[in-house]
Amino acid sequence: MKRLLPILPLLVCVIGVQLACSATDTNYYLTQLTMSAYYSLLIIGLCVLMGYAGQISIGHAGFFAIGGYISAALTTRSLVPYKENAIVKFLDLSGLLLSGQTLYGEELLVVSPGFACGVAILTAAIIAVIIGIPVLKLKGHYLAMATLGFGIIIYRVVLAAEYFGEADGISEVPAFPLFAGLSVSGNFGERVANYYIAWGVLIIGLILLLNLIDSRVGRGLRGIHGSEEAADAMGVNTARFKLQTFVLSAVFAAIAGVLLTHYNGGIGPSEAGVMKSVRYVAIVAVGGMAHLWGALLMSIVLNFLSLRGVFGSYDDAVFGLILIIIMLFAPNGILSIGFRHRLAQIFTRKSKQTDGEA
Amino acid sequence: MALLEVKELHKRFGGLRAVTDVSFGVEKGQIKAVIGPNGAGKTTLFNMISGTFPATSGSVRFQGKELQGKKPYQVAALGMARTYQNIKMFSGMTALENVMVGCHVQSSAGFLSSMFRMPWTWKEERDIRKRSMELLTLLEIEEYADVDAESLAFGQQRAVELARALAMEPTLLLLDEPAAGLNIYETAEVGRLITKIRDLGITVLLVEHDMSLVMDISDDIVVLCFGEKIAEGLPAAIQQDPEVIKIYLGED
Repeated sequence: MKRLLPILPLLVCVIGVQLACSATDTNYYLTQLTMSAYYSLLIIGLCVLMGYAGQISIGHAGFFAIGGYISAALTTRSLVPYKENAIVKFLDLSGLLLSGQTLYGEELLVVSPGFACGVAILTAAIIAVIIGIPVLKLKGHYLAMATLGFGIIIYRVVLAAEYFGEADGISEVPAFPLFAGLSVSGNFGERVANYYIAWGVLIIGLILLLNLIDSRVGRGLRGIHGSEEAADAMGVNTARFKLQTFVLSAVFAAIAGVLLTHYNGGIGPSEAGVMKSVRYVAIVAVGGMAHLWGALLMSIVLNFLSLRGVFGSYDDAVFGLILIIIMLFAPNGILSIGFRHRLAQIFTRKSKQTDGEA
Repeated sequence: MALLEVKELHKRFGGLRAVTDVSFGVEKGQIKAVIGPNGAGKTTLFNMISGTFPATSGSVRFQGKELQGKKPYQVAALGMARTYQNIKMFSGMTALENVMVGCHVQSSAGFLSSMFRMPWTWKEERDIRKRSMELLTLLEIEEYADVDAESLAFGQQRAVELARALAMEPTLLLLDEPAAGLNIYETAEVGRLITKIRDLGITVLLVEHDMSLVMDISDDIVVLCFGEKIAEGLPAAIQQDPEVIKIYLGED
């Protein structure tokens, strides 16, 4: 249970921030915090893949986009012209489609958000398996290049496909009703509720991953990271574990994509962009690779600042710079013992110098 | 039938014949040693037995099952554990966690049951922890359980690696130069531990350089030179073998 104890202060913070924002009439901060929470869901999944299984992916924006785009397309693209299609009829009868009328009185027939979400996540998982089997045989730079290639393909596909709205992306994505009248949507009236939905999903995801790391599977993964040859000789099926982790992180990314798309009411090609993938890798690196809490903290802080527009037009440049600085000075993340030690050294050296002058 | 049967094993790396036509058997319950000068093909032989890479030709049968073509994790699941000449600790994990990874083949929790902490995984997890602790105690390093394994002294890392291999509950334990890098006291200590392991009923096959250790503890010895087997027999006979003396002491 020790590993789950830090969840409590996190909960207190989440509630505290909401109360503070509501009290000071700054609820608009909650919007960016909600979005940060969804991005963080992707980040913690990627953290397990990179930090624990030791496999890099510069293509996770691709999985995020697969989730978001599929859910968006299915819930907005009208199926009216295909009404007579056997599959469409079957889905309609199974109650997986939504029918009715639009505001302008046109006939409406689209996939229900719940089913669309399921399809989106499943698609991401299947694509992760198909990509993962050949690609995870690669190591280091080669794996990085291959996943980068995957990310570029997804980006170009959503940019080129009319079904996915080309450069405009997909807008007017409907709300995603969950339960008890709650729904994932960007309505101002539901801002506080959505803040808690996002953080609820993130914390559940976090608990699941913390459980995973401290288990037979988690130790196997860390073993692969430590010495793949020895892990193999201990009976760890390294290829399978790597693939399963890859799929798991892809599913986390897809869930984040689905929920954020419904929250924002749309998705555009920039979400699939290579710079997004690089940003995710940078955040995991800053957080300290094998450090779920560090990755989470950095993800919230950096995403929040970025979404608030603090970095202005230099947004991507800032993340690139962060990546360079981290790799040079704190390859184990800024929360690592090594880096703290180094900082301490710098400060003590400075104080010694001033002592000398005095 | 022997527990492990190596038959007409060959390994070529390009034009280099690393192992040529080596055959021998390991009987259940014995400590068998493979000795030979540097570059004799000892580690290559080990890597073929444990599945790290395939042999060019020949066969390795373990408990009657052919191992050629099997991956290391499959060989491990059959009950064969190994250690490495240059210790391969799992970095970033404590000594206890290193040993707990060794329990992998004897446990079964998967991704979903681990994430959702299914009730049946609780007992398995407790047992893994308990057994790993017992093994650290057996190897007399229980006080280092929560220390980062890589920061331990070399001899202690050797012990952790042994505990990790024993956690697999192997039938056969392969030890690749267990005394490499150790001083004479530590070497004697490792020798004592290996005998202790044999007394638990685990068969041991070791590759070793250190003659004093080999002569002290082994029941049977195979001598390799330039990839070929040049002698096999009891320690006393090997010590008298003119071929072996020639390799180790040189000709007069």
